[in-house]
Amino acid sequence: MNKNSVLAQIFKDKYATTAVVVLLILYLGILFADFLAPYSKEFSDRHRAYVPPSKVFTIDENGKFSRPYTYNYKRYFNPDELKITYKLDRSKKYYLKFFAKGEPYKFLGLIPMQRHLVTVEKEGRLFLLGTDINGRDIFSRILFGGRISLTIGFLALFISFPLGMLYGGISGYFGGIVDNLMMRVSEAIMSIPSFYLLIILAAILPSNMTSIQRFSLIVVILALIGWAGFSRVVRGMVLSIKNQEFVQAAESIGASKLRIIIKHLLPQTLSYVIVAMTLSVPSYILSESGLSFLGLGIQQPDASWGNMLKEAQEYVNIIYRPWLLAPGFLIFIAVLSFNLIGDTIRDILDPKSKVR
Amino acid sequence: MQLIVYILKRFLQSIPLLFLVSIISFFIIRLSPVDPLGELRLNPSISQETLKAEQQRLGLDKPKIVQYGLWLKSFLKGDLGVTVTGEKVSVKLMERIPNTLLLTTVVILLTWLVGIPLGIYAALHWKEPVDRILTVVTSIGMAIPSFFFALLLLIFAVKTGWFPTGGMTSYNFSTLSPFHKVLNIAHHLVLPVIVLFTISLSGLQRQMRGNLLDVLGSDYVKFARAKGLSENKVVYKHALRNAINPMVTLLGFEFASLLSGAALTEYVFQYPGLGRLILEAVMKSDINLVMASLMMGTIMLVAGNLLADILLKLVDPRVSVN
Repeated sequence: MNKNSVLAQIFKDKYATTAVVVLLILYLGILFADFLAPYSKEFSDRHRAYVPPSKVFTIDENGKFSRPYTYNYKRYFNPDELKITYKLDRSKKYYLKFFAKGEPYKFLGLIPMQRHLVTVEKEGRLFLLGTDINGRDIFSRILFGGRISLTIGFLALFISFPLGMLYGGISGYFGGIVDNLMMRVSEAIMSIPSFYLLIILAAILPSNMTSIQRFSLIVVILALIGWAGFSRVVRGMVLSIKNQEFVQAAESIGASKLRIIIKHLLPQTLSYVIVAMTLSVPSYILSESGLSFLGLGIQQPDASWGNMLKEAQEYVNIIYRPWLLAPGFLIFIAVLSFNLIGDTIRDILDPKSKVR
Repeated sequence: MQLIVYILKRFLQSIPLLFLVSIISFFIIRLSPVDPLGELRLNPSISQETLKAEQQRLGLDKPKIVQYGLWLKSFLKGDLGVTVTGEKVSVKLMERIPNTLLLTTVVILLTWLVGIPLGIYAALHWKEPVDRILTVVTSIGMAIPSFFFALLLLIFAVKTGWFPTGGMTSYNFSTLSPFHKVLNIAHHLVLPVIVLFTISLSGLQRQMRGNLLDVLGSDYVKFARAKGLSENKVVYKHALRNAINPMVTLLGFEFASLLSGAALTEYVFQYPGLGRLILEAVMKSDINLVMASLMMGTIMLVAGNLLADILLKLVDPRVSVN
């Protein structure tokens, strides 16, 4: 079955089409995060910690249409209840500005730019999803955090799948004692509860790393968890094809063992590999968010959807500041979309399966 | 007799496996630059003798291989060392493991009681609205991160006050009568069970539905229908028996993923289980405790798989050890 017809069939399914569109929006969102976000990742207004989401008005107090504007929040301290509350300060309007100049950034990491999709007049603050403990804009950080949360799974795939394929290929092709030994090792890794292994590996990372180093090591760790089960399937497939004639032909012209495995055996497993890859993206996303939620993954000041939820661990926060939960819904939406697409691809490639 | 030989064989197979796991985890943990006794040394309430004994037991001045040998020897003897707070690791584990087992057993029982019938129902009503709705619901169940769902339920618990917000027992637990003790624990279990139940139910229901659909399309079922058997007989006497076998194997996997999933849920609900124990141990870099709970988790997982295999042998005598 060629690629185009698979794509065509995906778009026949209305769930899968919706999922593709949703993912497209998410990925475009993180690609153009600098432009779409009103603030940068580091921007923080220390006088406005835990501010509720800004309200945007398009109808003014006289009931007439107006350019969209917002009010700032003012902090009130209630000494009886020892509580800080924020109320709209209706004394001054701040109009929204579209395509106006704001904080400078590099568009796609290359072109220096200053324009943002939407900003607000000077002194005004536009926090579409409120702020966190440091007065940072949650909406902006969700966009930047998505860059990590939505790409980490793919990066881990590029390590775990080649590793699993090669491991399974060698094990299956050599057979005998090599196979036996290699499979026992992968079985052993599968016997450790994966999340336990994950947190232990993350915990032994030294703490004095730059955020790039930490990010790459988290990718490696995620990849180390996933490959074992996958390599067993590849090994099974290699076992069943290694006695076929084209392999014997390659052997008789003197091709090296590694060449036979990589050039002749592993390509035969590719259709399974692609399906397995699409199906495993969501589990990587979930692992990363779980790890960061515990504080063992991506560290502050970097944002990821998991570590943004860390603040929601406190009762006070989830009761009075529900906007802190926003990243959780995004994880949910992303994983759901990946699952729907995965189900559809499985249906298409294996017409016997009846997932739907 | 055959069954006993099978059980024995499977049991013997898992011993080298556990041995390998212990080697892998020992060296992963010792890869870290953390001094295994560092935290212990900083704790003023730990006596010099305890410290000395631990140093001796772990053989920290000897090469890594010897250290592993020493660790294995004392592990087999049941001596797991002390935690950073000076408690015995074995006591701590004995406290926590039953709690995790309780949580996972309740969840597995519930998912099977609900998931299997739902899967059968969906397969028999394939592509009808009920089946469609169930597919959507299970998609949602599979996509929601456990800790996020747990947080949402916590909000619910705090707002309504219907459920305790964490722990496994109330503060006045020791004064309650035995009957009320059980009720108290059950009350605390509701929310964690809901989280884990929702997540594992989705997978189970889908698997059951898929298996039954596969079997229903097979020739022998068509033949049974052609013979003129009633639909009930075809489904429940012929098809279901074969469709349920793969589910038994799945039981082992389910247990594995529950152990992992429970860690985050236990953490959010402050439930005193093995998952939370290992998390706390990791954060305090309590090497003895980390190593011991990792091994315990693995043993539980391997035992779970073993149990599932024996069950499978009971329901399907064709199975054999290769």
